[in-house]
Amino acid sequence: MKPEGRLTPASGHSPDSLPARPPRTSAWLAFAAFGAVIAAQTFAILTSPADRDMGHLQKIMYVHVPAAWMTFLAFFVVLVFSVRYLWRRRENDDLIAAAAAEVGAMFNGLTLMLGMIWGRPAWGVWWVWDARLTSTLVLFLIFVGYLALRGFVDDAQQKARWSAAVGAIGAINVPIVYMSVTWWRTLHQPPSSPATLDPVYTMGLRVNAIAFLLVMIYFIRKRYEIARLERAVEHMAQAAALGGP
Amino acid sequence: MAWRDDWRRVRAIARKDLTTELRAKAGFNSVAALGVTILVLLGLALGPDAQALRNAAVGAVWVATLFAGVLAFNRSFQVELESGALEPLLQYPGPRWTIFAGKLLGNLIFVTLMVAILVTAGVVLFGVRLTAGWPSLLGVLALGIVGLVVLGTFYASMASRSRAREVLLPLLLFPMLVPVLLAATTASKALLGGDLMHDAGAWIRLLIAYDLVFLIATFIAFEHVIEA
Repeated sequence: MKPEGRLTPASGHSPDSLPARPPRTSAWLAFAAFGAVIAAQTFAILTSPADRDMGHLQKIMYVHVPAAWMTFLAFFVVLVFSVRYLWRRRENDDLIAAAAAEVGAMFNGLTLMLGMIWGRPAWGVWWVWDARLTSTLVLFLIFVGYLALRGFVDDAQQKARWSAAVGAIGAINVPIVYMSVTWWRTLHQPPSSPATLDPVYTMGLRVNAIAFLLVMIYFIRKRYEIARLERAVEHMAQAAALGGP
Repeated sequence: MAWRDDWRRVRAIARKDLTTELRAKAGFNSVAALGVTILVLLGLALGPDAQALRNAAVGAVWVATLFAGVLAFNRSFQVELESGALEPLLQYPGPRWTIFAGKLLGNLIFVTLMVAILVTAGVVLFGVRLTAGWPSLLGVLALGIVGLVVLGTFYASMASRSRAREVLLPLLLFPMLVPVLLAATTASKALLGGDLMHDAGAWIRLLIAYDLVFLIATFIAFEHVIEA
């Protein structure tokens, strides 16, 4: 039982664990990010010749591969901010990790869908139990578990601590999953041919990776901003209910 | 002797959990019965071709173990939560990790007994022919159980206190157990086939590494998770 004293909001975090004002994501960042995607896609499509085997199907690489890179980057952000939350216990670290997880899950789903759309004409099947496909799918399931945990826990502080632990431990597992799935495949059949890329395609891939990175930064910032506003509304509602200022 | 006191705490918690289980018995019996039922269903779904069943045996036993294990892990915290005993338990003096270690030990014994039943049932129902490599097979089983119980107990400490524990625990746990499932099934299949390719050793090393990594990680993380 807490003695009478300063009121703490229901989130359990002291009010000063968050910076005073929610951040404002500039609209310019949105224009820059989506403009960059359009420009990079156009550049890549115009400069790349049709592939000898795949023809123009190759173009899907410019969305699929950057999305896959962003997935892994987002999971890394989740790891860093989860550990940082456990270390410093600042609420904004938790909210950034959550934002990165949502955006990462989106890119992860996109990677899987685009891969399947590419795989159907290229391999003749929607899905193969290849090492990379399987580990990307498992990664998606880990993301889903993380987000489900956040959905099912009400207490803000408990949610933050638990999801930080789940995020960090899930991230540790990613290389282990990748290694085990690779072994699982290679012990049975030779690994699928490594993607040897002609230099004519690499530039297009690089500019698209940068464009996607901008989009990811914009999404994470925006999602974080929304989470901060939601939290601010909760605090205000609570203060009003308690008759405070 | 601080470590001796800690060890006594660990044993006390494990003994408490197992005594509760032993007095009620209903928990263990129904969880083990569910595991066997899953095996029967898998046998019906995949059979009746004897060769197909024999090939599927290892996978079937592990799938049944995972599904039955999930129930065991949630139970180990649920009993305490229902009687409001977790808070007092946390207030006892001594480091918090001993609570985790005690629960871990209790679950380890619980799941090992359950797996013993499931493996026996699996060998009989799926017509597995045991080879000379069976002691290593037990080793693989033990390492797989440790991986399962470490992460199962850790995630149950959260999931059992959340709103949708029945769904949340398997949702969190199963993707994490992919390496255990792959390593344990592949190594067991290799050993049952006489390990002609000498694959099993690499998988066993992977299981050992996995168990150690997550044993350390969960012990560190538990302190943050258990706080009221």
